[in-house]
Amino acid sequence: MTYRLEANALDRLFKALGTKGYVIFGPTVRDSAVVYDRIESPNDLPAGWADQQTNGSYRLVKTDSPAYFDFTAPPQSWKRLLFPPSLHLFRSHRRNGTLEILEEEHETEPMAFLGVRPCDLRALAILDSVYLNGGASDSTYRQRREKTLIIAVNCTRAGGTCFCASMGTGPEAGAGFDLCLTELVSEHDHYFLVESGSAKGESCVSPLQAREATPQEQTSGREAIRTAAAAMGRSLQTQGLPELLAANLSHPRWDQIARRCLACANCTMVCPTCFCSTVEDSTDLSGAIASRTRLWDSCFTAEFSYIHGGSLRPTIKSRYRQWMTHKLSSWVAQFGSFGCVGCGRCITWCPVGIDLTEEARILRGQAAEHV
Amino acid sequence: MVPVPCRVMRTYQETGDTFTLELESLSQDGFSFRPGQFNMLYIHGVGEVPISISGDPHKPESVVHTVRVVGIVTWGIKKLRRRDFLGIRGPFGTPWPVDLAEGNDVVIVAGGIGLAPLRPAIYDILARREKFGKFVLLYGTRGPSDILYFRQLEDWRARFDFDLHVTVDRAFGPWKGNVGVVTTLIPKAHFDPVNTVALICGPEVMMRFTILELLKKGIPEDKIFISMERNMKCGIGLCGHCQFGPHIVCRDGPVFPYSAVRHLLGIREI
Repeated sequence: MTYRLEANALDRLFKALGTKGYVIFGPTVRDSAVVYDRIESPNDLPAGWADQQTNGSYRLVKTDSPAYFDFTAPPQSWKRLLFPPSLHLFRSHRRNGTLEILEEEHETEPMAFLGVRPCDLRALAILDSVYLNGGASDSTYRQRREKTLIIAVNCTRAGGTCFCASMGTGPEAGAGFDLCLTELVSEHDHYFLVESGSAKGESCVSPLQAREATPQEQTSGREAIRTAAAAMGRSLQTQGLPELLAANLSHPRWDQIARRCLACANCTMVCPTCFCSTVEDSTDLSGAIASRTRLWDSCFTAEFSYIHGGSLRPTIKSRYRQWMTHKLSSWVAQFGSFGCVGCGRCITWCPVGIDLTEEARILRGQAAEHV
Repeated sequence: MVPVPCRVMRTYQETGDTFTLELESLSQDGFSFRPGQFNMLYIHGVGEVPISISGDPHKPESVVHTVRVVGIVTWGIKKLRRRDFLGIRGPFGTPWPVDLAEGNDVVIVAGGIGLAPLRPAIYDILARREKFGKFVLLYGTRGPSDILYFRQLEDWRARFDFDLHVTVDRAFGPWKGNVGVVTTLIPKAHFDPVNTVALICGPEVMMRFTILELLKKGIPEDKIFISMERNMKCGIGLCGHCQFGPHIVCRDGPVFPYSAVRHLLGIREI
């Protein structure tokens, strides 16, 4: 069933989540950007803020709208809350010639993610397929993920670098949410449509005291989402793309991209599905206690592919190729889906404005010419 | 992701830069692994490296690794002495298809330290020698002083059921053996190509040329297996470092059938 919750009653959702013991994470404005952080009430939400995004550019602008969720994909995704950029793994104690190695324990509190965009919702499902896949799984990720309540918010506005419609991941939330909101704003009306996607989500609905939404209201919601779908800033033709990229590993275009790419790793840091990590070992001053820390890593560093004797990917060309072919080709073989959800962050946050949808288009066009 | 402390039983020097480490088995039941698999070895406060297991799979009482000193972790491993501790995780990765090779001739081609991950397969085959046809080992190293497992190769060469040839890239002084790259040994070996399984390990360029020669001899593509090397950090397919095209080498490899990697071998910086 779909409910209608008045925008000025949104604090009921915060209260309901608080009563259930959730720490609420959601969008808020900080340092001229929308970030996902702890929030306490609707006052913390970025009401009246929208973003303008294009290649290498992100600007927040104040609007006249009272909408809480007018922004599109912000710089950081939810990944950092489930897969922290830095995490202690274990401590090794050396005493009298023996070694004792103890795993670090990490406390996990129940988290509610409020405002998960459909692209980011799909990204969480992709991270699940990486970290919770079969035999080997990441225990910290699992613990956090199991205690997380997901409140998705459908997109009624598309960003300048968005292409979720091409990737089939948005602008309407697919599976995986506990609750899903659609925010509707008109001249004299401001409300949310609320749907639940799980028993956990359903139990949060009754405290909202929301009434059932009328068919007209539900139609308005669908139309708003359709408007966003039609306004995508970017598009990507995905049909046959994995095979196309796999067949063009020696394409001259990689050289041209390499002339622009700085190998700064921004695209991998903002990507909601990039999952690579490295470890760092350190000791105390005496050398008796050593600890190991896991850190986010990027395939754009020369060190990433280092084996004895040197880096296997010394050129930027091969590192960009590794990243793009992983996202749009080999990911499919590894995890059964694309590693890209069309959020457009890598386009917005590339300091030289490289656009992977444009690169894919060029590879497709030139490859076709070569055939 | 947490290594288990493990005690060094003994170490011995193999060549100038290579040594073998024998560790006490981790549990009461011993350490069980399959030929071709590797462990992650952790040196307190220094780091962790993937090292293939070079011991006998039929002797689970110890864990054996042959290590070449190439960086700070392997240097740390070299400094270990009897009764010292290191951390160990494993075994990881796919094995050599020794069982699949039963009933076939087996050709093993090793380059340099590449003999180490193949040695468990050799032990395994010799332990049930009657189940296989002809058994050939072709081994190439840089020079006479780089020959790994020297005594053991001499013992094996004395067997009548084991066709073993060694060559070196360069030689000075008293060396009277073969000189040349390992592929020059292939014409010396006798096997029935159609019913042969080939196991290859060595530098990528050596494996590529060996495959070309074996294909020319008539060994089918799906009976050629190689062991790939990439930067392995986690060993369980989660850190992303060891990708080789669509393959995650620590999980999908290190042993691959040639048919699975044919399109990637030879592409630069893949």
